[in-house]
Formats: sequence, C-alpha cells, structure tokens
Amino acid sequence: MKNTEQAIITIDDAIVQADNLSLFYGEAQALFDISFAIPRHQVTALIGPSGCGKSTFIRCINRMNDLIDGLRITGSIKLDDRNIFDRAVDVIDLRRRVGMVFQKSNPFTKSIYENVIFGMRIAGINEKPILDETVEKSLRRAALWNEVKDRLHESAMGLSGGQMQRLCIARAIAVSPEIILMDEPCSALDPRSTAHIEDLIRDLNGEYTIIIVTHNMQQASRISDYTAFLYEGELIEFGPTNRVFTVPVKKATEDYITGRFG
Amino acid sequence: MLKKILKNKYWQDGEPFVWATGAALTLILVLTFALLFVIVKNGIAVYWPADLVHFEMEDGSAYLGEVVQTTDDEQAGIRHQVKIGNRDLYPLDFKWLTEAHIQQKTAPREAVLLERSAYGNFYGYLAGLELPSLEVPATDNPWARFKSALAALGPGLEELQDIQAELSTLNAQVERLDGKIAKLVYHDKEADPQMAALQRRKESLSQEFQAHVSRYEVRERDLMANTALFEDAGGRQQTIALMSVIRAYRPNDMSPVAKTGIYLRKVWELFTAEPRESNTEGGLFPAIFGTIMLIFIMSILSFPLGVLAGIYLREYAREGLLVRLVRIAVNNLAGIPSIVYGIFGLAFFVYGIGSSIDQLFFPEQLPTPTFGTGGILWASLTLGLLTVPVVIVATEEALGAIPSGLRESSFALGSTKLQTLTRILLPMASPGILTGFILAMARAAGEVAPLMITGVVKLAPALPLDATFPFLHLDRKFMHLGFHIYDIGFQSPNVEAAKPMVFVTTLLLLAIVITMTSSAIVLRSRMKKKFAITND
Repeated sequence: MKNTEQAIITIDDAIVQADNLSLFYGEAQALFDISFAIPRHQVTALIGPSGCGKSTFIRCINRMNDLIDGLRITGSIKLDDRNIFDRAVDVIDLRRRVGMVFQKSNPFTKSIYENVIFGMRIAGINEKPILDETVEKSLRRAALWNEVKDRLHESAMGLSGGQMQRLCIARAIAVSPEIILMDEPCSALDPRSTAHIEDLIRDLNGEYTIIIVTHNMQQASRISDYTAFLYEGELIEFGPTNRVFTVPVKKATEDYITGRFG
Repeated sequence: MLKKILKNKYWQDGEPFVWATGAALTLILVLTFALLFVIVKNGIAVYWPADLVHFEMEDGSAYLGEVVQTTDDEQAGIRHQVKIGNRDLYPLDFKWLTEAHIQQKTAPREAVLLERSAYGNFYGYLAGLELPSLEVPATDNPWARFKSALAALGPGLEELQDIQAELSTLNAQVERLDGKIAKLVYHDKEADPQMAALQRRKESLSQEFQAHVSRYEVRERDLMANTALFEDAGGRQQTIALMSVIRAYRPNDMSPVAKTGIYLRKVWELFTAEPRESNTEGGLFPAIFGTIMLIFIMSILSFPLGVLAGIYLREYAREGLLVRLVRIAVNNLAGIPSIVYGIFGLAFFVYGIGSSIDQLFFPEQLPTPTFGTGGILWASLTLGLLTVPVVIVATEEALGAIPSGLRESSFALGSTKLQTLTRILLPMASPGILTGFILAMARAAGEVAPLMITGVVKLAPALPLDATFPFLHLDRKFMHLGFHIYDIGFQSPNVEAAKPMVFVTTLLLLAIVITMTSSAIVLRSRMKKKFAITND
C-alpha cells in the first residue's frame, strides 16, 4: 500500500519555524535546506543516524553554534515570527527563552541550590523569597525535590548521574523558558534513571515545547508527539510520531526505523 | 647470548625497569634529605651555648674557646678547631690545636663568654671592674656585681637610643628642607621669601642637631668609662667597656634550662634585630623584612597581570598561528636565566623608566638619582617579570582543564562570557592558578642574581617601610636573605666566623620556601575538594 500523505506536514500552531536552513562548517555543509515547523507545547523528537545533523540543528535554535569559529548559516529560524539570526536579536534573551539540557550532565561545582538558581542570579535576581520559591518549584517539577530537599546547600557533585541530569533539567526550567532543547539527555544514564527522565518529559509536556534528540527509537516513540527524521543533513520526514513509526512515507525512514541501517 | 638473556622471563616482565624507577626516586630522596639534614643540623645548633674548654699546651701557651670541629687524619692525628675569639688580641679568632700537643683540657666554671658589639666574642676570665658613673653595691661575688652593672647600664643605653632616634628625625627633616631648597634653586627662585624662611629653618634645625650630638657624645663618654677588666687564657689583660657587651654568660656554669633561655633569646634576636659585625652576628630582621616585602610587591604586580594575560590567551584570543607563537614565547620566557631578567630590569626599569621619573619629578635632585638607581620597586618588577610566565601558563592550563560542557551549560542559561568566567570558570581554575602562583613565588623568593643588579645591598640604612613620610619608600635599597647568604658566605672578610650565620640564613630561607609550598598544597587540596568534578 502506497502512503499518499505528505512526507513533511505543516503545523498550525508553530513556535519554531525553520526555512531553508543550511549550515556550513567552513567548506563542509552539515545541514541542507531544512524547512519545517515545530508545534507549540508538544514534544518533538529528532531521530536519525549519527552525524545526520540532529544536534547541529537543535544547537541552531538557541544559537549555541555561535561559539564555533568558521561556522556559516543561511536561511532562517523564526521563533514566534522573528528570525533569531537577526542582528537585533539579543542572544542572551534568546537563550533565556530557549533552555537546553546536554547529553552529559554537567552541574556546576556549586551547591544544589545555587545550581538551580544560576540562571536567575546571572539575570540579576537575588531576592531570597523568589529564589527559594523557584528552587522548590523547579526541583518539584524535575521530580528531584523529595530526594534533595534536606541537602539543598550541599555540593551538587554528591548526586548520582540520574539525579544530576534531573538537576540540569530543573536548572533549565528555573528561568521559565518556552522551549527546552534536549540533546540525548538519557544516553549516559542507566535504564532506571532513563525511565525517570522519560516520565519527567511526559510530565512537562503541554507546559513547555520540548525538542529532544535521541538515538533510541523506542524512546522517541514513547515520549514524543511529533518525530522528525534527518538523514545526512537533510530532513526526510516529519509528522505525528504514531504515523512516522507505523506508516512512514519515505523508504529511508522505514529502513531506519526497522533497523535496516543506522 | 645477549638475546637469550633479554628473552628471559625476568627481563620480559619488566622487573628491572621497576627497580630502575625505584632507584631513581630513592636517589632523589636521599639527596634531598641529605641537603635538608646538613642545613638543619648546622643551622639549629648555632645558637646553643657550647661549653668553653681551657687548653694548656705543651709549649706553655693556653687557649680558651669553643670546639667547633674535631678531625682525625693519619698525618696530623686528632686536631680540634677552636673558636678562640678575642679578635682585638689575636690575629685570628680560630685556631687548630693538635691533640698530641695538648697537656690538659679543663672546663672552668668561671670561664666567661662575652658577645660584643665590636670585635666579636671574647672568651676569658673576669679580673676587675671600674664603675665611675654607675652605682652598684660592692659584693664578694665579682660575677654577680658585673651582671648587675650590666643591668644598671640599661637606662643610660635607652637614653642614648632616644637621642639617636631624635637625631634621625631631625636628619629626615633637614633632608626634606634640602629637597625644597634644591627645588627652589632649580626653578631659579633663590630670591623668593620662602627661600630665606627655609634657610632659617634649616639653620635652627642644624643647631638643634648639633646640640643633640654633643649631648650624645657627653653621655656616651660617661657610659664608656664603665669598664671591666678581663684576662684571656694566657693571662693577657683586656679592658672592655660595659657598653659594648651585648650578652655575657658562663656556659660551663649553666643548667640546660638557662642555656635554653639564651638560645631562645638569640633566636628572638635573629628575627627582630639588625645585623652586626659586617652581618656575621646579630639579627636578620631587615633581610627577612626585605625578602617578604619584595615577594609581596612582586605578587601584587605579577599575579593580576599573569592571570589576566592567561585568561585572554585561553578565553578570548582566536586560536591561530599568532596565539601559538605567543604561547611558545611565554613558555620560553619561563626558561630564560634569571640574570638576563636582572640585566633587562637594570636597563629598562632602572635606567629607562627610573631615569625618566627622575627627570620629570625630581629634576632638582640630579645628578643624585632617586628612582634612577636600584630599589625595591625595580627589583620587585624584575622578579614579577620572571614569575609572570609561570602564572600565565598555570592560568591557561587551569582554564583549559575545565570541561567544555560547563561553559556550554552556562551560556545556554543565558550568561555572558564575563559571567561564565567569573562565576564558573575562575572559581574552578583557582586551585590550579594558585598552585602555579605560589610555586612561582617560592622560586622568586630564592632568586638572587637579578636582585644583585636591581637594588639589593649587603646593609641597608633604612627599611623600605617606616614611620617617616611617605612611609612606603619604594625607591630604597633593601636587604634579602638569599643575597645575605652569598654576601656573608663568600664576600665576608672572616668566612670562618660567618659560617654559622650562613647556615642559619639558609635554614630561614628554606623555611620560608617550604612554608609557601606546603601552604600551596593545603590550599590546592581544599579548593579541589570544593571545585572537583566527579562523574560516575
């Protein structure tokens, strides 16, 4: 049976809109003409084999790639109809709206408390009641509160790997971003901690827009509403997760999902 | 054959290699401990009052003194090196006595050791007292009377010190007036009414000065008249002014407790008093002060400079050929011989900047240089230059060792580069930076060569920090422990007499360096605990 639907669907209530996005590391092109919209308050998973450009793509959304020398971008990414590559856009402001959680959990060498409120401190918020409230709220939201509430002022280095990653999520939520980017947040964790984080992502769904890069196909199907499949720097397919996993439009998507390559 | 041996399991397992590494480490440890042992053994015993031995020789001569060392060789037999002191009586204050020629050795209880402000120690026996201007009750015990006469001298000596202090205050005032007068002369304002006032003031100060000087001389003559008559081992008599006696005791008649008291008092003197007898006796206070102040000024100058440069190189400079060249240059700077830094400091700081400062701000003093000659500021700057590369390298490496994930997380939370640096990177890099810096400081503390041409002297008339305006005198020359070792050990007219002081100074310098390095280790482990990254 031939699937007649579009390979890349359009979204009505989009928060991020990529248009003809291409990215070059010096001479080498890493992303080719990527155009698609990411739905608001949904979990979108980016899947694809290693080196396909998933991480590169999400790092464009909070302009983390700015730090790399010799990087060139053409096309645009619009966040609420405003091109984030525009000269007038304040990158600090952008990063407050677009939080990020990395593959390797990397809490700062400070107390748990200070880790959570780091974003607020650098934004100049120092009122204790507000900070206390944020710490509790963010840690509860990250399902970490009960485990650490008695040792908030101890070093974050004493936490387990899974707890550290949840602390990083709490740290990202604390500045109330609209979007949270997650770059393979579970790849360094054991299955139990992974389940914990997955529950958390499901739980945050509806409140934040989450864009998650993952290698784990089951994970993508479990937690995401929409799935984008990238291959060799090109967007092959984007649609509701159910459809992409059950009736993929493109042959490449089907091959990847069924484990024929990648 | 050789191949067969090398194929042996013993060689294959690398057993000999383990032995070689262990042997290398052992050798280094042995050398280090031997060095420490020699210095500590010789340095610690210097101030312990040794027993005095009276030698009667076969030829009828007699000597009294401390046995410094005893040697035994086949040709000369057993010989003792004895410190016999009494430099005003004998040509040499050390003598070798051959055991075979000694008729009798005794340790008389009444043998006296006098530490004097001139001519070094005197070893002899008390024979009489002459006290025209002191009232000390006569007793049967001449030694007790001698001791109380010394004590009774105290108020007179204090008075002399007071007059001396007043004299130096007056002197400073006259110098300042001279400066003002020279300034007026330089600006061709000799007719200025101010000039006359200044001259009058100087006149009256000079008169006051003269009055103090004559008062001092009268008082001094008065006190000098109080003398004690001493006899050396051979019966030669010597009159010694009580004023010149710093300490008098009879070591053979002292309990270990009393000896400990003398020992502690001399150690205290070491830390607080000025040197005497061309630096071979007395304290080291100006040298300790100079060393610490030098390191302090150097740190204030070089630490921020090095850290800032290191931050720029690692965090801001775009990686490329130029940065690589700069990095190589910085690494090489750390390896340049320190004397080269000294010459650069002399040419650039002293003759370059110093002379310009003199021409701009102190033209009236010329040709006498103010900053255009060696001084503690220039020496500190030169040492700073020497340590800056080490600080830069330490800063760069400490920053480079921080995982890039932490930078990214900080940026991802919306912090600027500066916020990331001050809140995340620098605290984490601080143990590494501080360790590097304190090691650099320890190196600078032991550096002598560059100081010799940028401002160190064997005897500085005044400290670079004192109570006269403007209190901090960065143009002044200073004393330094490292230079002190060189000076008294190799430039002293009486090397044998200076030897104990060399050991004491070395021990002190070593103690300062060890204190600094061990504090670096403590600091590092503490900060590491605070900022360490753990991953499971």
